Amino acid sequence: MRSNATQYDLIAPNSLDAVLQILADSPDRYTPIAGGTELMVALGAGRLQSKKLVSLWNLDELRFIEVAPDAIIIGAGSTFTDIRKHPIIAEEFSILAEAASWTGSVANQNRGTLGGNIVNASPAADSPPVLLAYDARLTLISIRGTRTLPYRDFHLAYKETTLELDEILHSITISRNLIGYKPYIRKVGTRNAQAISKVAIAALARMNDAYIEDIRIGAASLREYPTRLTAAEQSLVGKTITPATIAAARAAVLTEARPIDDIRSTAKYRATVAANLLEEFLHTLE
Amino acid sequence: MKRLLDVLREDLQLTGAKEGCGEGECGACAVLMNGDLVNSCLIPALQVEGARITTIEGLAIDEKLHPIQQCFLEEGGAQCGICTPGMILATHHLLEKHTQPTLLQIQEGLNGNLCRCTGYMRIFEAVQQASLVGTAK
Repeated sequence: MRSNATQYDLIAPNSLDAVLQILADSPDRYTPIAGGTELMVALGAGRLQSKKLVSLWNLDELRFIEVAPDAIIIGAGSTFTDIRKHPIIAEEFSILAEAASWTGSVANQNRGTLGGNIVNASPAADSPPVLLAYDARLTLISIRGTRTLPYRDFHLAYKETTLELDEILHSITISRNLIGYKPYIRKVGTRNAQAISKVAIAALARMNDAYIEDIRIGAASLREYPTRLTAAEQSLVGKTITPATIAAARAAVLTEARPIDDIRSTAKYRATVAANLLEEFLHTLE
Repeated sequence: MKRLLDVLREDLQLTGAKEGCGEGECGACAVLMNGDLVNSCLIPALQVEGARITTIEGLAIDEKLHPIQQCFLEEGGAQCGICTPGMILATHHLLEKHTQPTLLQIQEGLNGNLCRCTGYMRIFEAVQQASLVGTAK
């Protein structure tokens, strides 16, 4: 037996209320665990500090996808397989379905959850660029009640979020009002399956004749957390697609990207490829 | 806490599921949980309560090999054998969803199962053969 799992305690309450009560009352800090595709790896490697875990896996209150007239609400406990299988997501939120399709292997998609992908706060995670492009809203829940905030305000610093100790992510809401928006997504990794991205971009843009009326660009692995490329967005709004516009947008990406050199890639490669990806998207808008 | 993989191998002596990487990358520990392919090295045993788990030991019917196992045998889809239980369960999961998968669907269905011996081609051929034979119980 390689893992040191026996040093950890796991409890699995059968309702969300019971989980929230434990998070609120317990003097010990509990770490929520859903599908375990991230935390069980950290645990096995001895990187998981907290020795007490509370299971969120398969709680009905967190595992749902609700389609409202104006929005889709995805429970944080929905797996990537749940997301890939959902007909409305496939039809209306194609880049979310696409990101889910390359988030780990089939076995990991059957366990990994959208909420876990967000809360884990990896700068390289696959779903955040899409959620930034869709301008998703998060609903956080605790015994004190719920609050909602735009996903773009969720991350504070590397692996730091606005989530309080007694709170968990409840759901992700995405507006269905996407008429006229053209989507783009591309992940650059070492291989197609199971690779952590070197850099990834997801974007949506709406044109008014030849002018860019609105554009939202989400990026992974360009900063210490998943980020909108707001300087590039601002350089593009109201512009037509010309060589000068593209050059200005590329320059903006290079000013706001703060990538790092690490085992997967170099800062220079990441920034250059991010600019290339954005340019590729802009050419599709011409 | 115990991992499902340890419960299977150590407590239940079901040693078909193997520990490869121990971090969900290789698929050697794959089992079916309520019919879904999962990596048992990443599953706390407590989360399995009430679920139906199928290991490679549960696939053969009595002494008769499951059709997928027979196809892996006949097509040479196994060499050292460490990846084989996971490969076969991943194939089972794939053929439940796509009875006649394309090569691309086979590659995606097995993308979390690593094999260092075969170079994959004979595994893909075994899966194609299994889809032709049909895997109806």
